[in-house]
Amino acid sequence: MSALGFADPVLQSQATFRAILNALSRPGTLVDAGAGLEPPAPLGAAAAAALLALADYETPLWISPAFATGDVAAWVKFHTGAPSAASPKTAVFALIDLAADRLDLAAFAEGSAEYPDRSTTLIAQVASLSTAGPLRLFGPGVRGEAAFGFTPCPSDFTAQWRANGEGFPLGVDLILAAGGRLAALPRSARLHGDI
Amino acid sequence: MPETSSTDARRRALALLARATASELAAPLAEHWPDLGVRELKPTESGLVMLRGRAGGDGALFNLGEATVTRSIVELETGERGYGHVLGRDLKQAMRVAIFDALGQREGDCAMVEARVLAPIAARLSAARARTAAETAATRVDFFTLVRGEDAA
Repeated sequence: MSALGFADPVLQSQATFRAILNALSRPGTLVDAGAGLEPPAPLGAAAAAALLALADYETPLWISPAFATGDVAAWVKFHTGAPSAASPKTAVFALIDLAADRLDLAAFAEGSAEYPDRSTTLIAQVASLSTAGPLRLFGPGVRGEAAFGFTPCPSDFTAQWRANGEGFPLGVDLILAAGGRLAALPRSARLHGDI
Repeated sequence: MPETSSTDARRRALALLARATASELAAPLAEHWPDLGVRELKPTESGLVMLRGRAGGDGALFNLGEATVTRSIVELETGERGYGHVLGRDLKQAMRVAIFDALGQREGDCAMVEARVLAPIAARLSAARARTAAETAATRVDFFTLVRGEDAA
């Protein structure tokens, strides 16, 4: 049996969009998303909800090798209609699994000086999210600084994120999803040890 | 999707089902498949499609107007997936079309769908076409020339 999408596409995608906006405007906070959604394994509910809310037939989507096998790619294609991007550089959205894929932020589109919005928004599935650290965030949307962490976290994440921030206003935005919760790091978020 | 004879058959079936009346689909469904396990893969919804037109065979494309269309996507408990599109806002009718599209792919049911559903619709449509053609033919005027002056010499 094929897995279903949103039971009420209009309201649920709007609610998810709102949750993602909240997460992006308050980096490091965790929001709930995808309640009641049962996407095919190994895709989690929050990552699935983000895709259903954001991706459509106009947004080329790049799916990492970890998700490309099995039912995930077919499910995403059926419910969003998003065409598959030939490479990460041409993707508007990208779905990766940090438990299996290597993170390479520089591989994705960073936008252009005229259109910095034409960058890839990366939806990364992780095993867990926490507001206890070890990362310490600051920047727009963070009062003072915020402790934030996710596992598995690549060992060179801080360096990669710093490189991503150096091209501001260009750069990728990162949505991290674990189970039914997600958090977001917009390109403007800074990590302590940065600058 | 590859262009095969089964694609053509399905295309023909969907074209007929889209023109069916509500009772032409509801009656055979209730009679022959009363306990069908069906679930909607996406909620059935109605929306607008843009109709495109072209004046003559080679005119420029233009947007003729919008039509209300209802779409349904269902899955049978045996795994066949059916798509239904009908003009208008009849959600149940779109779902019936999708169900028959799915049944048409099921080995054991496709002959029954052809005999009990598609054949009657095809017969009604061709009878209607013949009637219109006959009505048009009754008003036909044939002009012919007996002798033309320049040929008479």
